Amino acid sequence: MAEFTLDDLRRILRAGAGVDEQTDLDGEHFADTAFADLGYDSLALLELVNRVEREYGIGIPDGDLAHTQSPREVLAYVHAKLREARV
Amino acid sequence: MSASGIRPGRRGRSVVTGIGVVAPTGIGAARHWESVLAGKSGIGRITRFDPTGYPVRVAGEVPGFRAGEQVPGRLVPQTDRFTHFALAAAEDALTDAAADPATLPEYEMAVVTASSSGGTEFGQHEMENLYQQGSSWVGAYQSIAWFYAATTGQVSIRHGMRGPCGVICGEQAGGLDALGQSRRLLDTGSRLVLSGGTDASLCPYGVVAQLSTGHLSAEDDPARAYLPFDAAASGFVPGEGGAILVVENAESARARGVPSYGELLGYAAGFDPTTDGTAARHTVLVSVIRRTLADAGLTPDAVDMVFADASGVPAEDLAEARAIAEVFGPGGVPVTAPKTLTGRLYAGGAALDVATALLALSAGVIPHTAGLGRPAPGCEIDLVLDRPRQTDPRTALVLARGHGGFTSALLVGAGDRDALKR
Amino acid sequence: MTPADRRAVITGVGAVAPGGHGREAYWDLLTAGRTATRRISLFDPAGFRSRVAAECDFDPLASGLTPQEVRRMDRAGQFAVVAAREAVADSGIELPGADPERVAVSIGSAVGCTTGLEEEYAVLSDGGRDWLVDHSYGVPHLYGYMVPSTLAVEVARQAGAEGPVALISTGCTSGLDAIGHAVQLIEEGTADVVLAGATDAPLSPITAACFDAIKATTANNDDPEHASRPFDGRRDGFVLGEGSAVMVIEELESARRRGATVYAEILGFAGRSNAFHMTGLRPDGREMAEAIRVALDRARLDPGDIDYINAHGSGTKQNDRHETAAFKRSLGQRAHEVPVSSIKSMIGHSLGAIGSLEIAACALALRHQVVPPTANLSTPDPECDLDYVPVTAREHRMDRVLSVGSGFGGFQTAMVLGRPSERRGEAA
Repeated sequence: MAEFTLDDLRRILRAGAGVDEQTDLDGEHFADTAFADLGYDSLALLELVNRVEREYGIGIPDGDLAHTQSPREVLAYVHAKLREARV
Repeated sequence: MSASGIRPGRRGRSVVTGIGVVAPTGIGAARHWESVLAGKSGIGRITRFDPTGYPVRVAGEVPGFRAGEQVPGRLVPQTDRFTHFALAAAEDALTDAAADPATLPEYEMAVVTASSSGGTEFGQHEMENLYQQGSSWVGAYQSIAWFYAATTGQVSIRHGMRGPCGVICGEQAGGLDALGQSRRLLDTGSRLVLSGGTDASLCPYGVVAQLSTGHLSAEDDPARAYLPFDAAASGFVPGEGGAILVVENAESARARGVPSYGELLGYAAGFDPTTDGTAARHTVLVSVIRRTLADAGLTPDAVDMVFADASGVPAEDLAEARAIAEVFGPGGVPVTAPKTLTGRLYAGGAALDVATALLALSAGVIPHTAGLGRPAPGCEIDLVLDRPRQTDPRTALVLARGHGGFTSALLVGAGDRDALKR
Repeated sequence: MTPADRRAVITGVGAVAPGGHGREAYWDLLTAGRTATRRISLFDPAGFRSRVAAECDFDPLASGLTPQEVRRMDRAGQFAVVAAREAVADSGIELPGADPERVAVSIGSAVGCTTGLEEEYAVLSDGGRDWLVDHSYGVPHLYGYMVPSTLAVEVARQAGAEGPVALISTGCTSGLDAIGHAVQLIEEGTADVVLAGATDAPLSPITAACFDAIKATTANNDDPEHASRPFDGRRDGFVLGEGSAVMVIEELESARRRGATVYAEILGFAGRSNAFHMTGLRPDGREMAEAIRVALDRARLDPGDIDYINAHGSGTKQNDRHETAAFKRSLGQRAHEVPVSSIKSMIGHSLGAIGSLEIAACALALRHQVVPPTANLSTPDPECDLDYVPVTAREHRMDRVLSVGSGFGGFQTAMVLGRPSERRGEAA
């Protein structure tokens, strides 16, 4: 089963929703910066969810990540889902 | 005031204060104009996909356009190339007009663009995802990148323009119709409108769809493929790109203290309902030209040059030449088609022609139609060939026809801006 | 005549809508409060998140199209031509008449000929296998599917129009904007007759998938008839629909001269953009409120003059609250006094076409003095606290009605219609 790291999250965000010039995804505070402050809106989060579901073969029910604030929260959620899938 | 907001009294004056160009002839109005004067063609073998197996292998591609540098990074994967072009051209046009949208009333600025086939390449990718992988592989941005309003929406968001934004689809005549609409908006409470059009349908499905019209040239030599009004005409070459203009009411431009490239003097549109696309009917075009002149309150002798639609399809060329000769007399007005350097840009084509006409008026020059050899028999027009004419034209009539019967004309007059500030 | 003297009126209405054939069946459905939403049958929706839609039971040959017309036009084009013919017959006008240049066409569409375009893609790409699609499988009218302008071309040929022809594509406000464009053409003196309306046939896998991807459409697949629930606390997204309405819009004096019966006059319209987000709406409804304010101003009316609001009412939480806020912001106390309803509860959301179907419904509501209801509204969203005319149609005295639309791209449009007797005040 694949691992899901902050680098994976960065990669998926870059490919799916792009990065604005003023945004630094590689900065040290990335994991705890709000998606809104990184320039990502509700569509970007939906695209992220779709891509994670496809790439990692997990189902993310509607609304589960709708109010997620930061990359760290997504990381924790996906880790939990991946653990679920393993057992 | 009327239901659509038209105020009593005379129509106000609409002037063009900024030009943004993304075209096979170059990015930026200055580079495009240099190419036009030099007769430097942007047509070549298609590189955006492998055209080997197709009967059409040459096109006008925008050279050196790097979306990552010309478009906000976030919008690159979220939008199609036709929107990338428009975002870049709109930015350029606003800079050229020295207009800062943040300082203007939000509801008095609008965006009206022409769209021909929308986000064609983006759409083909997503349909590929759907048919290869399944419905859950279609991305979230398909919902906002493919449709025809994608460009207007993104440009309006980017510049905070909250007025009556719009999108007009009239295939290759749409660029003139969008500019005609911008004039209506300036008459009903808007003061600044970003208008024009762009297109980027040089993807396999886009070009294959265009093939079905039978109007694309199968000629492989880029220098021989698009020769309107020529004895060797064999159809046209598709291209990508276009232009976005800043159209403003004259009072607003004066208040901002900016000069204008020119004024939109007259506009009219009509439709040729005959079902045979090559029926060579010229009467609708004659009427549209006459209505455009009437709208401007001018007579044919006031027109100093005509930017032809220049289809490259012999029967359509003949119809256009007949229409021009009927209104202006045989050889009665210089006619040119600098679009032989770019190919036909669909939603972007007529907008680019208007940009070129305005640049020509500012420079006091009639640009030539590069690359033609022997005029087709029966085309009784004074085609400007070989080199530009330094005749200080003061007006230009731009003609455009779109697939299915769209027929539009726009008359522009010279402004007080005489050189490109670059 | 000055523009303010050239008044635009609706003299003919044609409709292809889910749940019935033609204008009269459409009005019957709306006033009966019947829903036309069901499990999708036009393609196999298995595997899709949303499997519900409002489909038209449309037989093109039985609707009067010839085999060649059927081959040439995709579904959206067929809808538009059938609706246009009904509208022309209804108005009794002879087209193109003595002066074809005075006949114009303004058709709205959000997604154009997507259905035809996708069907052909599936073949040319051999089921998505080939990026380099095979041109030898191209049908003769393929390019007609690639460009949405075809839809306006087809209607223009029906009419023999030689005046301006436009396809307006502003997402889900296309229908209202196309009719607004027609009013401009009449007022400025360019045309005396405009065939105006909109058409969309978006029920194909690619469109369903793109709305799935952003979870905009309902996932209420178990109860299709009750899936479209505008203003209801249990709503969970909109239900896709399809259809077309086309109207004959004429300059009032020339309509009078030929003795036409007038449904309604278009008294005012205005568009604004939110420049906020391609799909998102600000909860305060600011730009839609501004569009309403300007439309009323152009109609020379006050909020108190509005007797009914035909809402956008798409059935997404975001829309319903945005719109409710916009009504309160623009109309003040009057928003609480007038009936407001969403016919999308019955015929779904046909994207660009819906605005034309809503204006057709407004014209019919003015003629019959009946407000169509909001079906399925049983447990109101507490944040939506206006009179949404739940479930049952209502007889109601109406002289002037407001219709609004909101579309992807940020478009917000408002249009005010009045009974033919409702002349505007003379003061400018």
